[in-house]
Amino acid sequence: MSRINRSIDFMAKRKIAGYISAILVVLSLVSLAVNQLKLGLDFTGGTLVEVSFQQAPELNDLRKELEIAGFDDVTVQNFGSDRDVLVRLGQGFSPTVGDSVLSAIKQNASYNVELKRAEFVGAQVGEELRDQGGLGMLLALGLVMAYVAFRFQLKFSVAAVSALAHDVIIMLGLFSVLQLDFDLTVLAAVLAVIGYSLNDTIVVADRIRENFRRLRTGTPTDIVNVSLNQTLGRTLITSLTTLLVLLALFFFGGELIHNFAVALLVGVVVGTYSSIYVAANVLLALKVDRDDLIVPEKEGLEEDDRP
Amino acid sequence: MINKYPLWKYLLILMVVAMGVIYALPNLYPDDPAVQLAPQRGSVQITERHLSQVTRALDNANIEYFGQDIENNNGIIRFKSDDDQLKAKTLIQEALGEDFVVALNLAPTTPQWLMDLGAGPMKLGLDLRGGVHFLMEVDMKEALSQRNEVYISEMKTLLRSERLRYRRISREEGTIRVLFTNEEYLSKAKTVIRSEFPDFVQTEKVEGENLYLDLKLSDKAARDIEDYAVKQNLTTLRNRVNELGVSEPLVQRQGRNRIVIELPGVQDTAAAKRILGATANLEFRLEAASDAGTLDTEEYPFRDSASRRATLERDIIITGNSVSNAQSSFDENSQPQVNIDLDTQGGKLMNRATRNNIRRRMAVLFVEHKVKTRVIETEGEKIEQRIPYVEKHIISLATIQSALGNSFRITGLDSPSESSELALLLRAGSLAAPIYFVEERTIGPSLGKENIELGINSVQIGMAFVVLFMLAYYRLFGLIANVALSANLILLAALMSMMSATLTLPGIAGIVLTLGMAVDANVLIFSRIKEEMQNGASPQMAIHAGFERAFVTIFDANLTTLLVAVILFAVGTGPVKGFAVTLSLGIITSMFTAIMVTRALVNVTHGGRQLKKLSI
Repeated sequence: MSRINRSIDFMAKRKIAGYISAILVVLSLVSLAVNQLKLGLDFTGGTLVEVSFQQAPELNDLRKELEIAGFDDVTVQNFGSDRDVLVRLGQGFSPTVGDSVLSAIKQNASYNVELKRAEFVGAQVGEELRDQGGLGMLLALGLVMAYVAFRFQLKFSVAAVSALAHDVIIMLGLFSVLQLDFDLTVLAAVLAVIGYSLNDTIVVADRIRENFRRLRTGTPTDIVNVSLNQTLGRTLITSLTTLLVLLALFFFGGELIHNFAVALLVGVVVGTYSSIYVAANVLLALKVDRDDLIVPEKEGLEEDDRP
Repeated sequence: MINKYPLWKYLLILMVVAMGVIYALPNLYPDDPAVQLAPQRGSVQITERHLSQVTRALDNANIEYFGQDIENNNGIIRFKSDDDQLKAKTLIQEALGEDFVVALNLAPTTPQWLMDLGAGPMKLGLDLRGGVHFLMEVDMKEALSQRNEVYISEMKTLLRSERLRYRRISREEGTIRVLFTNEEYLSKAKTVIRSEFPDFVQTEKVEGENLYLDLKLSDKAARDIEDYAVKQNLTTLRNRVNELGVSEPLVQRQGRNRIVIELPGVQDTAAAKRILGATANLEFRLEAASDAGTLDTEEYPFRDSASRRATLERDIIITGNSVSNAQSSFDENSQPQVNIDLDTQGGKLMNRATRNNIRRRMAVLFVEHKVKTRVIETEGEKIEQRIPYVEKHIISLATIQSALGNSFRITGLDSPSESSELALLLRAGSLAAPIYFVEERTIGPSLGKENIELGINSVQIGMAFVVLFMLAYYRLFGLIANVALSANLILLAALMSMMSATLTLPGIAGIVLTLGMAVDANVLIFSRIKEEMQNGASPQMAIHAGFERAFVTIFDANLTTLLVAVILFAVGTGPVKGFAVTLSLGIITSMFTAIMVTRALVNVTHGGRQLKKLSI
């Protein structure tokens, strides 16, 4: 196999990569257990008011004014620019809170205040959304597992889902370590990463399957290595173009989808890594070999058709 | 012949792309801020006279306008800016008076020939357009107990007419409990109730002398009642939204007991909330006879002076739900009154009740469902509790002079504004069950504009990045991929416009993400072609094999992503749904453009020629 000689021996480092992944996953889980996710308004319920001042206000004064007005448990922070302020109230849902926050701010401000958005989410709605989101994620993983098992083989399916779980856990872990707001758009990003990373993993798996059928010699490790090398160029280029557009979103997309872009940036990087190291690694650990992929009759005919 | 498409395939691809261009085109024409005029009642026609009345007022106030027009009995006036539009709305309402609904609108500027083809721009979501989003929850428990209340009064009538003596009927925790003291009455009552109220499940209980008959609605019947309550509320809310005068509102059921309302362009949430959430209703009851037992009566205060009270029968003759039309006006003493027309069923009930009770007094109860919120602390956590309660006040108590029919009037209201609001609520229908606001999102117009700008910027920059990269890396083939990518963007916009899907900020993010991922298919194909050439295939062979063999991979990879996008659509709400839509559509269009369009372009430029090498 001349091809192996001039290529990168990915699988030689599989032990180290495995350890790195394991450590990252464990760290993420620990952080998720200790720090937990800083859930956004969508999931916790509560009140949020975003206002735009004509001049940058003093945040501490604003906080005090709101406390004097009788709002306890207030978070006041800049949002995007120093003239935009986000006020978050921890207290439960009441439809009038937003209006009174705004009027409290307006009363004390010496210059123009403009309401950019106000959101009130009932605690129960948030809770349901949380359950629904978690359920959606599990459903996505389950369906993917079934599809891959159907199109490929069970070992591939376990490998793909491990890679996805790896990506999701690390993404969530990072959000918990950095204490970034986890809201609905970030959940959307997580699901999008599941889609993206899966895409990557399947491209590699597809190659591995093809090579198992085509190359009559070589150990499973060799085959996986060859396949990874053959798909490497594509994996890198696609990741690069995706990262490019994500950078555009990150820098020019505005504050509202900032965390969405962060989640996707992390997800794409981790997803690219995981399709090389996690998916392939698990596949080898499961002792995948030629017998798992006996060529069915029909596909054999197709092979012969090739020019 | 290798790498040649038959002519029809080229034509088909060309046609699809051309269709894409046409249907995507309307998005290049931004909507004009406009004000829409509609008559309050269908019988009124909007004429040129009304329009000129409006334009005169606008001229006087120095507000620039254009394109005033009447279409389908709706007047439309366009403005240069949102500020003008807002100012004009107030002015126009003043000029035309209360007989017209004046609403903010966005008037399309799509050229006529495109409109004739059925093309129109995408709808913008609230986060791009500004407006209010409400999520309301229907109180199912209350819906059931209200219904049970009606059943109880029907059962009483039934038992009385069958001369089956019972001691008491009461309602507890979802069941109706009838107390008998006589075995025979109980068993007879069971039979009549079963035939008249088949939806109830009966259980008997004996406690000494007391024989209880517990009646519980079957699960299916309960579900039907809940379903009916939500549907009824939906209709009522639609009517009320229409009375608010909002263009393109959305009123939709979500899940089992929730209703979503989206009002684009509305900034005054307080007014919208007051009308939408109003639960005022009426109940008509007879004053209790002096010898009536306390179990059959209830005491209520008067609205104008709480110290005055009257004892009324528990049985309700009719409620405001039987009202078919209501109009506010003034009586001979210039006091506000509401003229009420009842539907046939309501008229019958009213006639029967009043016919037999001439000289007795009948009360009109003003019923309002309200909510108290109380913060309770459990285990250090503050939890807010919602306690619904009902306020009932007597607004009038008058002697029945003669049998009432389908129409009559009620008085005793505080002010003209109250009588007109009551008339509106009676007209639009009352809510079959109380509703609560469980979510509210207001997006200011400035944020909407900002979001559009940011969205367009990131699409452009993201696209530029990808285009430059592909050009640098793949040269001629990169150029081909870029053409395909542009076609993808056009087709995506066209599909979304044709489906009149709603574009949201996360939806735009989905488009940007699709741009990055769409080239993946091309990258897969190009890598395969390169690989085949390295393996010694001729350029033509390599192109052929590259496309053929990348296809399975592309298909598998995209189908799984599509699967995830569909789940996202099912799980997500609002803006996130928008993301799922653009992502799934993007995957579908990108498969077409990356495989078919690219192939066609490669075939045209490279097919059927002797090639030494490829610019890839």
